[in-house]
Amino acid sequence: MTVQSFAPEIVIRPHVENFINWSADKPKVLVLTADLTNSCEVGKWRETYPERYFSMGMAEQNMMGFAAGLAREGFEPWLHTFSVFLYRRPLDQLQMSVAYPNLKVRLVGFLPGIATPGGVTHQSIDDIAIMRVIPNMTVLEVGDATEVESVLDIAHSIDGPVYLRMLRGEVPRLFDTPMEFNKARVLTSAGDDITDPTDIVIVTSGICTEEAMRAVPAMVKRGLKVTHLHVSTLKPFSDPTVTAALASARKGVITMENHLITGGLGSAVAEVMAENAMAVPLSRIGLNDTYAHGASLPYLLKEYQLDARALVERVEILTGSPLNIPDSDLTEIRVAALHSAAKAEAL
Amino acid sequence: MANDGGYLSQACSAAELLATLYTVANLAPLAAPKFPEPFHQVPGKDAIYLNGGDFHGEIGPERDRIVISPAHYALVVYAALIETGRLDASALDQFNQDGSTVEMIGAEHSPGFESTTGSLAQALSTAGGIALGRRIKRETGQVYVFMSDGEFQEGQTWEALQALAFHKLDNVRVIVDVNKGQCDGPMSEVMNIEPLSLRIRAFGCSVDSVPGHDISTLAHALTRGTGKPHFVLAYTDPVRGVPVLQERAPNLHYLRFTGAEERQRYADVFAQLEANR
Repeated sequence: MTVQSFAPEIVIRPHVENFINWSADKPKVLVLTADLTNSCEVGKWRETYPERYFSMGMAEQNMMGFAAGLAREGFEPWLHTFSVFLYRRPLDQLQMSVAYPNLKVRLVGFLPGIATPGGVTHQSIDDIAIMRVIPNMTVLEVGDATEVESVLDIAHSIDGPVYLRMLRGEVPRLFDTPMEFNKARVLTSAGDDITDPTDIVIVTSGICTEEAMRAVPAMVKRGLKVTHLHVSTLKPFSDPTVTAALASARKGVITMENHLITGGLGSAVAEVMAENAMAVPLSRIGLNDTYAHGASLPYLLKEYQLDARALVERVEILTGSPLNIPDSDLTEIRVAALHSAAKAEAL
Repeated sequence: MANDGGYLSQACSAAELLATLYTVANLAPLAAPKFPEPFHQVPGKDAIYLNGGDFHGEIGPERDRIVISPAHYALVVYAALIETGRLDASALDQFNQDGSTVEMIGAEHSPGFESTTGSLAQALSTAGGIALGRRIKRETGQVYVFMSDGEFQEGQTWEALQALAFHKLDNVRVIVDVNKGQCDGPMSEVMNIEPLSLRIRAFGCSVDSVPGHDISTLAHALTRGTGKPHFVLAYTDPVRGVPVLQERAPNLHYLRFTGAEERQRYADVFAQLEANR
């Protein structure tokens, strides 16, 4: 994968200035960090609003409690750290001090899934699964720079704790409309209406959406009917557009997530399909009962079969017919896919 | 007696601590002792949820707050609320009954509980956040926290201590029931925490170690200004007032009667205590 041939715009650290500007007229918004301030793109926020920034040190259990107390006093603490440190070490504190009382604490978790060379200790491959089973919790995941920017209003509006799977650094801008709560984006539709029959429904989240967008145009070009949805609200998971799209699949549904295939997007889709008696196969792309290791993102996406090629292969298995898409096609069509994505959103 | 046992030693050790705490804290008075509501629902979106802090009276910038950390002390907290005119005595009839908020291990719907703390050592961090929030709002009231000594085995307690000291939260005052016992037996055999006062002081907080059944000493230690997060270590007797409990030492965490005979002996003790009131 080569970044320069991919997106027309790569946004550098979209959270930094956006979060500062967004916070300007919200005096109750505080930031708490656990020794990862610059790593989570709030170093400049700290300089801008020093009286609203609190360093809690490498002590996440205590940070959860402080956040709970501040929320009880009417503040809105936004915790910024790596995802793994928000739910693995301090899970009991997260559940009892924050989630049970339904407090407005915003858990902003960076380094989703294998999107870090930091290896197993830094890779949050099970966060969606764990957060999704916590009562009162809302679970959001962004897929591009526009969602990094627009997710703040969504999280801010929710009366209860929010887990936000966040992106940092170089983030592509895939979408030109703001993220909406519990509303999937229809990136590609087989017909004029979401209920029109299609061969394959592909549901993706986070950085996997970008990978799928590399492959979908090549499939469509070869005559396959594909509907592709991007999901950014993982809990609640009750968007009627998703249910309608899933019901339109004739040959199967594929989910694709930067996470274990258990407990996350794939499981959420499986629940909807089972509850609505949808009798087509579901194929889940993601980490399959394994931890990962430290390496570059393209390397890991390929190794764990989470990339555009892996999606093509799954489609071929479900349809039973080869698509004959060379790698060059996947890369070449990538730019076009971005443009068509913008158009597809007007559906 | 009605429940064939309970967390009795905690009541023996902490009766004076909680009595003192509820007396010295600047809480808004209630017009009359409140009756506990039945359990409605857990907190959630659009949920109508009770808060046990309501029994502490209306909050205000100058009012103190009380956060109970070891929820296993619920029974003695209820007793303290009754004795200070905040909870109607009939509430104990609902203790541990289905559908009641007067639970054995309280949650934040239970009288006296501002937060949910049955998972031990979490309340001090929450109290730190409350204290920080109150400082931002320039409120002058104190945040009192009641803790048990066993909670000093948890790492989170020490995380909280370092944060209280680092953020200079001198509006936090902690009273600790040092009864030296825990579920598995004497703390010295389960996991030592002493010298507790030296450890706390080394973390940047102030400490008073006091005899835990001496009310005037407790009251002075709790209210004196130190300019730091303040800890009062109240060394207590877990069989205070009920010497018959000593037979069970060192396993005092939970009293479950072995049979009718033991139950009757405790009934006699409580009849005597009642007669001496």
